Amino acid sequence: MKKTIICRCEDVTEEDVLQAIDEGFEDIEELRKRLRLGMGPCQGRTCIPLVIRILAKKTGKNVEDIPLPTSRPPIVPVTLEALASDEDEE
Amino acid sequence: MKMKNKADVVIVGGGVNGCSLAYQLAKKGLDVVLLEKKYICSGATGRCGAGIRQQWSTKENTMLAMESVKIFEKLSRELGFDIGLRQGGYLIVVHDKKEMRQAEKNVEMQKTLGLDVSIIDSDEIKEIVPILDVKGMHAIAATFCPTDGHADPFKTTFAYAMAAKKEGATILTHTPVIRVLKEKNAVKGVKTNKGEIKAPVVVNAAGVWSKKVAETAGINLPNQPYRKEIMVTERIKPMFEAMVISFKDGIYFSQQDEGQILGGIPNPHERKGYLTDPTFSFIQHMSKTLLRYAPPLGYLRVIRHWTGFYDVSPDARPIIGEDDKVKGFIHCHGFSGHGFMLSPMVTKLLTEYIADGKTSPFLEWLSLERFKGKTIQKEVSVVG
Ligand SMILES: Cc1cc2nc3c(=O)[nH]c(=O)nc-3n(C[C@H](O)[C@H](O)[C@H](O)COP(=O)(O)OP(=O)(O)OC[C@H]3O[C@@H](n4cnc5c(N)ncnc54)[C@H](O)[C@@H]3O)c2cc1C
Ligand code: FES
Repeated sequence: MKKTIICRCEDVTEEDVLQAIDEGFEDIEELRKRLRLGMGPCQGRTCIPLVIRILAKKTGKNVEDIPLPTSRPPIVPVTLEALASDEDEE
Repeated sequence: MKMKNKADVVIVGGGVNGCSLAYQLAKKGLDVVLLEKKYICSGATGRCGAGIRQQWSTKENTMLAMESVKIFEKLSRELGFDIGLRQGGYLIVVHDKKEMRQAEKNVEMQKTLGLDVSIIDSDEIKEIVPILDVKGMHAIAATFCPTDGHADPFKTTFAYAMAAKKEGATILTHTPVIRVLKEKNAVKGVKTNKGEIKAPVVVNAAGVWSKKVAETAGINLPNQPYRKEIMVTERIKPMFEAMVISFKDGIYFSQQDEGQILGGIPNPHERKGYLTDPTFSFIQHMSKTLLRYAPPLGYLRVIRHWTGFYDVSPDARPIIGEDDKVKGFIHCHGFSGHGFMLSPMVTKLLTEYIADGKTSPFLEWLSLERFKGKTIQKEVSVVG
């Protein structure tokens, strides 16, 4: 069967998402924890919009009614070195 | 789903402890309903490091952790789902003579219990985790136990939850318990946002919210919430398998199966209260300390950083067992920073108590009553 990748960073397919929804993981936050989807370096920028559409279709909700996951810092990945550099300036 | 209105046991909380209990009790043939206010793993379990350590300073914690590891080792097979267990060992850094004396004492006690643990020198430290800078982290030695490790907290908890459902347990998410119902001095059930469920036994496994749940039954808990922050980097090729920790610096970090470095440290500028926003002072302090321990990691990018709460008891040991005043009210909280690793054994003891009426010296040692008029024997081997 042809597989459609939804989350490239964490290698999650459309089938994985559909199966998890059937298991009862019905919102983004739950799917994220179940499948690690959205937890990769792009932090869900690629996959979350796709998942929202799948969820909307499966649950018959409007796209706007699906709550977005909590956004967690840093917004853009930063190196440990840069983060460690200016402790004294605080 | 149609709401059930009675059960043998109601469990409040869908973290690792609640789900493990639901599985074991259902397997014993009891009619179990687990109620979770949000979703499975939404509490501390879904935010934790899920490290599994058997190197403790008290005999009882060491025994509980050792028994738990034996259960973890067989758990994927028993539940029919992979829990992502990896035993890469815990390397506990020893910084000075005082820590050395405590380490010697701990290792001696742990060995009498049959734990494979030893004190190792700088060369052996570099062999186990080559990227460590022994000088930079001010180490004079370390203790190492190769069977310590970690499991995947999501996989483990979902495995329990799915196995529990297979055994006939009912798990209702997005169903908060508003109040525990009582008649005289016995539990009668719970009131939820969707109606009441009658039950003679109610387990309080609500993590940091346990204090609030207990209050509704007129029980006062000594637990305190402690805010903790944790971070994870992007993935890199596997470099080391051990969890590195230091009681003095409070840091812990490891490389996960998928390749990311995950770790935490106490925030030097901690603020009081239930604040959930991650802070810059944490990430700065963490990065600085981590690079002092492992300089080659400097180029790695931090991709996520979040907070969670420890539900801390006065002696940093869990509080489990039946309440001595309210019959049928079962405590299962106060896990402090180690409720994942101890969960297999703690929930086994509770299951045997609830299903078979079996008591154990551990239940006495971990009872709420231990705080009444006694001096507290505090676990000293804690990090994060
Ligand atoms: C940053 C961090 C790192 C950690 N690292 C480790 C580690 O390396 N090793 C380790 O062993 N432990 C670690 N811990 C501790 C560990 O996470 C916890 O001790 C453990 O997960 C507790 O599990 P639990 O099932 O008891 O509680 P929780 O996972 O907190 O679950 C309680 C559940 O109850 C639900 N709930 C609350 N109130 C109600 C209500 N009224 N009705 C219905 N449901 C309700 C919540 O939504 C929650 O899902 C760490 C914790 C944190 C925060
Ligand atoms: S595509 Fe899912 S996290 Fe990047």
